[in-house]
Amino acid sequence: MIIKNKAIVADEWTVLRPDAEEAAENVLVAQGRVIVPMRVWQAQRDTLVQRAETGVWLASDDRPEDLQEDIQKFTVIAVDFPKFADGRGYSLAYLLRERLGFTGELRAIGDVLRDQLYYMQRVGFDSFALRSDKDMQAALKGLNDFSISYQASCDQSQPLFRRAQRGVL
Amino acid sequence: MYRYDQFDHQLIAERVAQFRDQVSRRLSDELTEDEFRILRLQNGLYMQIHAYMLRIAVPYGLLSSAQVRMFAHIAKKYDRDYGHFTTRQNIQFNWIKLPDAPDILADLASVEMHAIQTSGNCIRNITCDEFAGVARDEIVDPRPYAEILRQWSTFHPEFAYLPRKFKFSITGALDDRAAIAVHDIGLAVVKNDQGEVGFRVLVGGGLGRTPVIGSEICAFVPWQDVITYVESIVRVYNQYGRRDNMYKARIKILVKALGIEEFKRQVEADWLHTRGGPCTITQAELNRVSACFTAPAYEDLPDEDVFQGDNKAFANWLQRNVKSHKMPGYAAVVLSLKQTGIAPGDATTAQLEAAAELADRFSFGEVRATHMQNLVLADVKQTDLFDLWLSAQELGMATPNIGLLTDIICCPGGDFCTLANARSIPLAKAIAQCFDDIDFLHDIGEIDLNISGGVNACAHHHIGHIGILGVDKDGEEWYQVSIGGAQGNNSSIGKVIGRSFSFGQIPEVLARLLTVYVEHRYDDERFIDTVRRIGFEPFKTYVYATPVENDKELAGADYALLKVGVPYDMPYYSPRF
Repeated sequence: MIIKNKAIVADEWTVLRPDAEEAAENVLVAQGRVIVPMRVWQAQRDTLVQRAETGVWLASDDRPEDLQEDIQKFTVIAVDFPKFADGRGYSLAYLLRERLGFTGELRAIGDVLRDQLYYMQRVGFDSFALRSDKDMQAALKGLNDFSISYQASCDQSQPLFRRAQRGVL
Repeated sequence: MYRYDQFDHQLIAERVAQFRDQVSRRLSDELTEDEFRILRLQNGLYMQIHAYMLRIAVPYGLLSSAQVRMFAHIAKKYDRDYGHFTTRQNIQFNWIKLPDAPDILADLASVEMHAIQTSGNCIRNITCDEFAGVARDEIVDPRPYAEILRQWSTFHPEFAYLPRKFKFSITGALDDRAAIAVHDIGLAVVKNDQGEVGFRVLVGGGLGRTPVIGSEICAFVPWQDVITYVESIVRVYNQYGRRDNMYKARIKILVKALGIEEFKRQVEADWLHTRGGPCTITQAELNRVSACFTAPAYEDLPDEDVFQGDNKAFANWLQRNVKSHKMPGYAAVVLSLKQTGIAPGDATTAQLEAAAELADRFSFGEVRATHMQNLVLADVKQTDLFDLWLSAQELGMATPNIGLLTDIICCPGGDFCTLANARSIPLAKAIAQCFDDIDFLHDIGEIDLNISGGVNACAHHHIGHIGILGVDKDGEEWYQVSIGGAQGNNSSIGKVIGRSFSFGQIPEVLARLLTVYVEHRYDDERFIDTVRRIGFEPFKTYVYATPVENDKELAGADYALLKVGVPYDMPYYSPRF
C-alpha cells in the first residue's frame, strides 16, 4: 500500500533495487509495472521504452537533467531517500516538476516518514511509499501539518505575499 | 518592529500543535530517539549534559518589552531563574523538561515568538546589526529585508534537511557590526551609483573547525531579486554540499572545492530560471514590512554635552556603553551582561523584568540582543542617561566594559554542552576576576576576547583579537590561544600562538600578551592594530620565554555546576547517564 493523492491505495508498482555490483545492462527487469534505477533505465532504455508504462527512480546523487529527453514517457518517477535527513531528494523533486515539467506520479521511496510528508508534498511529491514499519493511517495526518506557507514551491506557484492580502490584523 | 498578521499567527499556532504532537509521540515511544532528535533540533531543543536546552529565536535580535517579560516568565516557571543570550542574538534556557516544551512554545506564540529552526541542518535565525535603524553610518535599514528573508526561510520545504546548518547575517551600515564575513551567506545592503538598493552577497564564510572568510559571489543583487538569488545558492548547496563527513559539510567547503567562480556559475545558471519570477519581492511587500520599522516618535531635541561633570563612574559608562545615534538628543545604550562573576550573556529573571521595564521607561518599549551577548536600548534620550545608568547599576547591568577585555564572548562550554571539550564559563569568570580593575581595562582599551569550549566555535574565537579554544588532551581540559583575529570590515582569522595551556595558566598568558601590547603600542593603537603592525612573533616569544605558573586553585574553584543534580528524575536519554 502507498499514500497517493492523500489516500491509502494499493501499490501497483514494484521498485527494483538490484545489487550495486550488478552491471546495469544485465539487470533483469520483470514484466509489468517496475520502477527501475536510473542506471538501469540508461543502460536498457531502448527496450524499456517500448513498454506501455515505465517507471524510474533516482538516487540522491542522480541528476534529473539526465532524464530530460524522456521525461514525459514515465508514468511514475520515484526519488529515493536513503535517510530521512538526506534532503537532496527535495531539490530533485522540485527540479523534476519545475524545470523538467514532469506531470506524472512523483513518488518518495526509502526512509519516508510521517513528519517529512508535508515538505515532500510541497516540493511536488504526490505519492509516498512509507517505511514499512510505520502506520500509514497516522501518517496521512502529516500531509496537513500546516495550512499556511510563506514560500512558493510546486504546490503554490506564488509566495504568500502575492497570493494573500497581508498585514490585516 | 514587525507585528504578526493573521497568517503569521496561524502558522505559529500550527507549529505549536505539530510539535506538541511530536513530543507526545516521542513520550509514547511511537517516535524513536533517532527520529525525534532531528525534529526537536529543528525546534531548538537540544539535549545537554543536565537537561534539555531550548533555544528561542530572536529574529535579527529585536525584542519588545513584552517579549523580554515572556523570557522572564519562562525563566521563572520552567527554568532556574535565568536565561542565556547567545552569539547569534538568540536566548536559550538550560533546564527544560521535555513535556514542558510545547507549553513554552504556546507561551511564546502569545508574544509572536517561536523556536523554529534555531538548530538543525536548516536555515537558522538571521542575525543583524544591533544598531540597525539608529546607527549614524547606516546606508539602508536592513531589518525589513531580514524579516522578508525570515519568512522565506521559515519552513522552506526544500531546505529543511541541508547537509549542515546554514547561517545568514545582514548589515546595512558602512561599519559591519554583524560579522557578515563569517556566515554561510553574508549580506550587506548597499546602494549602487544610481542610488538603487541592493545587496553585496558574500558566501562560504564560517568558523568551526575550518575558519574561512566569505567570498564575494555578487557585488550587487537588486533588492527585488534577493530571495531568488539566495534560493539558488542554497539549492546548489543542498544538492552538492558534502554529506559523507559532517565536518566537511558546510557550504564553505563546497565553495572552496569548486572555487568561487565555478560556484557562482552554477548558482547563476539556476537563478536564470527564477530571476524575475513569482518570488521576486514586490514593492508592496517591501512597503508592508518596512512600515513595521519606522522611527519611533522622537522628540525634537538638541545634542547634550553628556560628558560634563565629575562623576568618574558615570563618565566611564558613557564612554564605553553609550553609542552615538542618528537623531540629535538621543543615544543607544548597551546594557552589559558581563558583570564580573556572572556567566557572560546570562540574565536573571529580575534582570529580564527590569530590562523590559527600562525599555518601556526609556526606549519606546524595545530591546535588542547583540551577538556580543549584551542588550541594547536603542533610543534613549540623552537627558535620561543618568537616570538609566542609576537604574541599570542596581541591576548589575551597567558594568562599563563594552568592547573591553572583560566584555568576554563565551559559549556555555563544558558545564552544559555535550559538544564542548572544556569549560568556558568558569574560565571567563576567572579572567574577569583577575582583570577586575576598571582603570586598567580602560587603559588596555578595545579588545575582543572570545572563549569557545569546543571546535564548533560558538563563541567565534577565530575572530577574537585574542581567541581561546578549549581542547581535550587525554580527558583533560586545555586551552589553545590565538591572536590576530577580527570581525567587521577588516575580518581576519586568528593564529594559534603555540602549545596549549592549562586553565590556571590562562590569566598569566593574557597578562603577558597585554604586556607586549603595552610596550609596543602607539598612543591610541588598539591591541589588534599592534598585532597587525609588529606581527605575531614578539607576542609568542614573550609568552613562551619563561614557564607560565599554573594557578591550580583557580582551576579547581569551579567544577560545581557539573555536580548539580538534574531537575527531575531523568532527563530523557541524557548523555550524562
